[in-house]
Amino acid sequence: MSRGPFVAALVGNPNAGKSALFNALTGARQKIANYPGVTVERKAGRLLLPSGEPVELVDLPGSYGFAATSPDEEVTRKVIMGEQVGQVRPDVLVIVLDASNLEQHLVFAQEVLELGRPTVVALNMVDLAARDGLTIDAAALSAELGVPVIETVAVRRKGLVELAAAIAVARDTAAADETPAARVHVTLPERRLLARQMAQGATLSETARHRIHARMDRLLLHPWLGPPVLFALLFVVFQAVFTWAKPFQDGLDGAASALQDLVRSELPASLLRDLLTDGIIGGVGAVIVFLPQILILFFFILVMEATGYMARAAFLMDRMMAGVGLSGRSFIPLLSSFACAIPGIMATRSITDPKDRLTTILIAPLMTCSARLPVYAVIIAAFIPNTRVLPGVGLQGLVLFGLYVAGIVGAMVVALVLRRSITKGAASGFIMELPKYQLPTVKDLALGLWQRAWVFLRRAGTMIFTVTVVLWLLLNFPRAEPGKSQVDASIAGHIANGLAVVVEPIGFNRDIALALIPSMAAREVAVSSLATSYAVDNSDEDAQGRALGDELKHHWSLATALAFLAWFVFAPQCMSTIAVTRRETNGWKWPGFMLGYLFALAYAFAGITYWTAVAFGLG
Amino acid sequence: MIAINLLANDLHKRLGYGSGAAVTLDELPLGHDARIASVDWAALVPEEAQRLRALGFDEGAQVRLAYRGVFLGRDPLAIEIGRMTVALRRIHARAMHVEELAA
Repeated sequence: MSRGPFVAALVGNPNAGKSALFNALTGARQKIANYPGVTVERKAGRLLLPSGEPVELVDLPGSYGFAATSPDEEVTRKVIMGEQVGQVRPDVLVIVLDASNLEQHLVFAQEVLELGRPTVVALNMVDLAARDGLTIDAAALSAELGVPVIETVAVRRKGLVELAAAIAVARDTAAADETPAARVHVTLPERRLLARQMAQGATLSETARHRIHARMDRLLLHPWLGPPVLFALLFVVFQAVFTWAKPFQDGLDGAASALQDLVRSELPASLLRDLLTDGIIGGVGAVIVFLPQILILFFFILVMEATGYMARAAFLMDRMMAGVGLSGRSFIPLLSSFACAIPGIMATRSITDPKDRLTTILIAPLMTCSARLPVYAVIIAAFIPNTRVLPGVGLQGLVLFGLYVAGIVGAMVVALVLRRSITKGAASGFIMELPKYQLPTVKDLALGLWQRAWVFLRRAGTMIFTVTVVLWLLLNFPRAEPGKSQVDASIAGHIANGLAVVVEPIGFNRDIALALIPSMAAREVAVSSLATSYAVDNSDEDAQGRALGDELKHHWSLATALAFLAWFVFAPQCMSTIAVTRRETNGWKWPGFMLGYLFALAYAFAGITYWTAVAFGLG
Repeated sequence: MIAINLLANDLHKRLGYGSGAAVTLDELPLGHDARIASVDWAALVPEEAQRLRALGFDEGAQVRLAYRGVFLGRDPLAIEIGRMTVALRRIHARAMHVEELAA
């Protein structure tokens, strides 16, 4: 049968070093997408055989066995069996074993080998095994398993050529011999016993076990010292996200403005030019400025993952997360959401339990993301007096802190309610292998960062682009008669009029209603939108903020301002988050639910805030 | 008051009282080797039982309780099994009866 290049798949336990091996074998030529119908990532790349023939190499999700318990493991089983939609059955299976944990990894290996398919074994991370005082006899293991065993060290590119050659040989023998082996039923305890025997038989020497890990864990998992270390690390991460990113964000912002100026000077004045400058460049630019923050955040997340610390962080936070029905695995995605919910929701892929994962996705937008800061800053500066509550504690800072806390508390309560209703299920357990500590490699980090950046930019290029254009059209059509306000004449203006009726009870006027429309694209646009409404024509952002503050004080009561802040704590005002939720949950059901519940919460809390403030005479 | 009780309990175990008797994995003193005598699989959620079994938790497996809890909490636990360290919760450990091995 003739078809495309033949397919080989990497299979193995989690933490077998599959991804590093995959990166080393395929380099930067990787394609990442989802398997159809599930949110499991499909990673494929091109491997060249010694003959120069290309092979499609697929990196399957780590699995402990064919009796799958997570969606990831289900995909691994289906791909190997040839049942996965959108993936041809692999011709050659490459089992990846952690040389320092053979006893465990040989259990799943036996299951795969029992299929009788062309198989090669990569005895991976032999360097780390040696560090642990373990020497493995690859030839003896090969004799036991009946398939070629190649020693590999992905970082040092050791054994890669030999592995490719072995894959080629396995494929060629497969073409000649296509008789499936008779499947015998072997139980797990039997496999485990055999795995132990094989591991012992192949181990030439063994000294004291993983001392380095034990010593690091003694500090990092210490019941009293571990959490402060984690919090110190997180503090550094947050500082980095907000301070390191600043010059790059300013640079991107400047580049977008320069581009707008260039287009303005090169093209004759027209609607098309306005669409290009204000709509497309302005709108997409407003989102692209978050790229530096996202990259810095992901840099830290990737380092934490690659070193093995991420699992320790999950361990330390599990008790707290258990309080609201989640597990330690939800901690990092939620933390990431403080920078931006988009990478946070993307990071939920590491949560194995589907209901845990869904709950985490649904509450991620409640973490105060960086896009809310510009809005908070303007309103707080305008309405909250800059007085000291305590020495060193200003009222403005306290209010900002309170807004963050409101988001966290809101998220916890929502998680608690969801876990008892919509995402109800068996109490989410927390069972997680704590992998060995490792030094991350620059190449793997660079590749990971590039992939995140690409995902984000592709979305900015499509979804955000579309939303931006649609919003611009709504604001600019139909055209107003000369001398009349374009905003009043536009479709958006009419929508705002309708919206104003709805939001009037919670203290919002029509200008706010109008600002809420474009802020659906990105929250911080609310600031520039309000500025436009109040006709503050000052391009310098700081001065704009001040002048806008004065305008706001003329038009808004304190009650309205507080209600507006409360609204922004909860409102799902970011189409990109909804879009990424749709992608991660494979449908419109959950993003729809997210929109609904967040709007309801926002409305209720803005209302409560407004009515309370009015009752205290602040209206 | 509960915290003090827990501490006393912990101290009691650290000093090695009651060793040798069949206890559940969560009651094992820190750093002591033990062998899993039996597992009450029915007490666990099927998927979690499956996962624990896949990680090697079964009758006869040698385990050691390496870390327990954060601050004053008793959850989660870090168990050394084979050449792995596995985090799990007390609810899982309670289903596993272990016999301490002589040091």
